[in-house]
Amino acid sequence: MTAKIAYDDVEVGTELPAASFRATRAALVQYAGASGDFNPIHWNEKFAKEVGLPDVIAHGMFTMAEAIRVVTDWAGDPGAVVEYGVRFTRPVVVPNDEQGATIEVSGKVAAKLDDSTVRVDLVATSSGQKVLGMSRAVVRLA
Amino acid sequence: MALDQSFVGRSYPPTDPYEVGREKIREFSEAVGDANPAYTDPEAAKALGHPDVIAPPTFVFSITFKAAGQVVQDPQLGLDYSRVVHGDQKFSYRRPVRAGDRLTVTSTIEAIKSLAGNDILDIRGEVHDEAGEHVVTAWTKLVARAAEEG
Repeated sequence: MTAKIAYDDVEVGTELPAASFRATRAALVQYAGASGDFNPIHWNEKFAKEVGLPDVIAHGMFTMAEAIRVVTDWAGDPGAVVEYGVRFTRPVVVPNDEQGATIEVSGKVAAKLDDSTVRVDLVATSSGQKVLGMSRAVVRLA
Repeated sequence: MALDQSFVGRSYPPTDPYEVGREKIREFSEAVGDANPAYTDPEAAKALGHPDVIAPPTFVFSITFKAAGQVVQDPQLGLDYSRVVHGDQKFSYRRPVRAGDRLTVTSTIEAIKSLAGNDILDIRGEVHDEAGEHVVTAWTKLVARAAEEG
């Protein structure tokens, strides 16, 4: 594990570079295939509406995969992630157009822990609303 | 109907090994749009100290969730899967999953709760490699929403 950020160079409150990620219908179909999660709420508008959703929604695990990129891109080595957890509080609704939905992710160092690790708290929003809660990662720095 | 509390603590037999392939990792990282070379270029992964390409942190969920199917589809437990949503997800890593791993998953029911008619099921999946070493633990909280009053 070779993180490019040094533990001594970060403080509680250090902000990670924020990023935004696009979720289109095509991306959800691709994610369904790659992950094996073919639940029709992620690609079939008629089905999604029948079960009470406003439209097709992104896989929660797709959003979780995007959010951690703020941490892995910052740390340099994705293998430096020691813990990662989220709560799925609100679905990312994905309209049937070229733009799809946008997931905005920011993160900051919330605690410096033992063994060169830090806890990063992440905030993920889509259409101005939080889509993940308790979104936290522990990462080992250099 | 509330789930039977006596299932708390129950473990299911380890799954058959899942062999992690380089191209499967590539497919997954492309699907999430992540071009980190540690996922696709063995030399880049080695430069970071890994013996082969590693998988993105959430990759292992596909394996642990499939294993959790033993729990979810246990007819004795009787979970109504058509009403299930994913509540929480957490991973704790001993090391990253990497190409060439042969991973087995042992699923355990950690908790069963009933809240406002919703059944809440916590499943822990312990992932081990071929040598029996622990790689990652996944905790998955599933919520079966209460049936609507008919």
